[in-house]
Amino acid sequence: MTTTAVRKDGPAAVTPTPTIGGHFRNYLSRVRGGDVGALPAVLGLIVLCTVFAIMRPSSFLSAGNFANLFTQGAAVTLIAMGLVFVLLLGEIDLSAGFASGVCAAVLANVVTVLGYPWWVAVLAAVATGVVIGTTLGMLVAKIGIPSFVVTLAGFLAFQGVVLLLVKEGTNISVRDDVLVAIANRNLAPTLGWGLTALAIIGYAAVQLLRHRNRAARGLITDPIAVVALRIVGLAVILGTAVYVLNLERSRNVLISSLKGVPIVVPIIVVLLVIWTFVLQRTSYGRHIYAVGGNREAARRAGIDVDRIRISVFVICSSMAAIGGIVAASRANSVDPNTGGSNVLLYAVGAAVIGGTSLFGGKGRVLDAVLGGAVVAVIENGMGLMGYSAGVKYVVTGVVLLLAASVDALSRRRAAATGTR
Amino acid sequence: MSATPLLELRGIDKSFGPVQVLRDVALTVHPGEVTALVGDNGAGKSTLVKCISGIHPTDAGEFLFNGEPVHIGSPRDAAALGIEVVYQDLALCDNLDIVQNMFLGREKRNGIVLDEPTMEQLAAETLAGLSIRTVTSLRQHVSSLSGGQRQTVAIAKAVLWNSKLVILDEPTAALGVAQTAQVLELVRRLADNGLAVVLISHNMNDVFAVSDRIAALYLGQMVAQVKTTDITHAQVVELITAGRSGGLGLATDPGSNGDGPQAADSISGGVR
Repeated sequence: MTTTAVRKDGPAAVTPTPTIGGHFRNYLSRVRGGDVGALPAVLGLIVLCTVFAIMRPSSFLSAGNFANLFTQGAAVTLIAMGLVFVLLLGEIDLSAGFASGVCAAVLANVVTVLGYPWWVAVLAAVATGVVIGTTLGMLVAKIGIPSFVVTLAGFLAFQGVVLLLVKEGTNISVRDDVLVAIANRNLAPTLGWGLTALAIIGYAAVQLLRHRNRAARGLITDPIAVVALRIVGLAVILGTAVYVLNLERSRNVLISSLKGVPIVVPIIVVLLVIWTFVLQRTSYGRHIYAVGGNREAARRAGIDVDRIRISVFVICSSMAAIGGIVAASRANSVDPNTGGSNVLLYAVGAAVIGGTSLFGGKGRVLDAVLGGAVVAVIENGMGLMGYSAGVKYVVTGVVLLLAASVDALSRRRAAATGTR
Repeated sequence: MSATPLLELRGIDKSFGPVQVLRDVALTVHPGEVTALVGDNGAGKSTLVKCISGIHPTDAGEFLFNGEPVHIGSPRDAAALGIEVVYQDLALCDNLDIVQNMFLGREKRNGIVLDEPTMEQLAAETLAGLSIRTVTSLRQHVSSLSGGQRQTVAIAKAVLWNSKLVILDEPTAALGVAQTAQVLELVRRLADNGLAVVLISHNMNDVFAVSDRIAALYLGQMVAQVKTTDITHAQVVELITAGRSGGLGLATDPGSNGDGPQAADSISGGVR
């Protein structure tokens, strides 16, 4: 996960010979103009971690707790990644939480009750997500019901479907080794390092190739120092994280060893890379931004707006399915509350805290990961400090409200300074 | 006057339910010329443009493009012929940058990956070809541009596709004096580059400043199509408001009452 605050895709420097200073002045003026991007999430993350580290130095800063953060926040983050697509169109999917519950229940039924192998169950869960998303998308795009109402109805109905699928209140355990491993096992330390090296080399190659390609054509490029800084920044962050995760976390090494990167982490990173690629580098992604920015303009440009609107709901529900699989894996079971209670609000909160606009047209998949980290840190830190669930909910609610205010205010500021 | 008109419309009829909006409309547009399309509110200018651009199907009539009969059934058909429309509300996405907007819906790709460098280069060349120097960075979001710059981008977007006919719907309506001058200059340059331009405007100063020909619509009928040099300001206003001016326009009063006597008494223009 990269937490560099520098946006990769920001407008290039105005001057034809860009300097590092110019680049950062440019970035600062954009922030002042209301284009804050992921800055609030990154700052919030730093502040929260500092506060919790001071209050609970031994427990919050332990390697075990750090690994916990990832498995705790994984399901919400995955659902939030899908929600970003819906939010980009200025729509909302309130049913994503229970959609993940339905998909998890399908998974549990297929693997435990029917006894099929894990991959059949995973395919069935994701297929369920695709069906749910297609239905929601059709109702929104073709019939024209506001997404708020469609997905609110879905929220209720899917809650019922989960109840029906798990036979009225019992729970179905998930015992399949592969499925349980997703959220409960770790990569071997060497494999963790190998994948990290691969990720850094891949990122560096993409960045340097793009820089060279643009420079060769005489286009404005970011200064090479900024590119290098990004690569080094990513390497430092990934390297530190993997180093800490590879420390021994077991309380008693003689009984069992516990170290390595949790398996959900590479899953999230791969999905982050794939969806970021789709949004930033394909015309489909470009069209999502266009429909979110100005639907009429998109229609006149020959973009099939209905198809785009349906497809984002499909992506959202499919990601919810993956989130549901991770949740089922973490709990080792599926019960009527899987994907329920605060999961949806945490997911919407994660996307918005990360910098995705509720007004559409602005947001990145990375936002969901950063926001998911903020939500996970709050939940985790407050738990360590012994606060009750009530206090946690209130704090998370306040943080969500803060994030939405930042979104609304930065929008107003941007309108005033003409940068949006 | 060029030999073959680029676009020729004959006998276009268009109704929305019981309301007949266009009645036997004829229009010729020549390459290298700016044809101003004038008319009062509700005269049918926007409907005519939407028929040309394929948004509305016509009820009757023929389209000739370069002398060949063509059928325009959708915006894609129009785009394939090289007809581009710049709408009044610009149809730009505020959250995308200039290059992204110019290529919206027709992105250049390498396999499935967007080919950003090529798009940026082509956009830069197009803007340079139109002598547009008012934008500092091609990668700035459209939201940060002034009204005139947005209009410029919208026009450049239309020109990018080797278009042959560019239709501008009130391009100067929301602009200040200096920006209006810039945009009109650009409109003139388009025609001088050999494109056919149709300019819809309410502003007579704009019309007389850049147009070569004036086509006047009155209550869904094409009442006159004349060279700009052959007509006066006052006559155009009369054509717009009354449907005729001296020897120009409707021969007899088409049943619309009130305006008739005034038009009949007016000074004779005696052209055509």
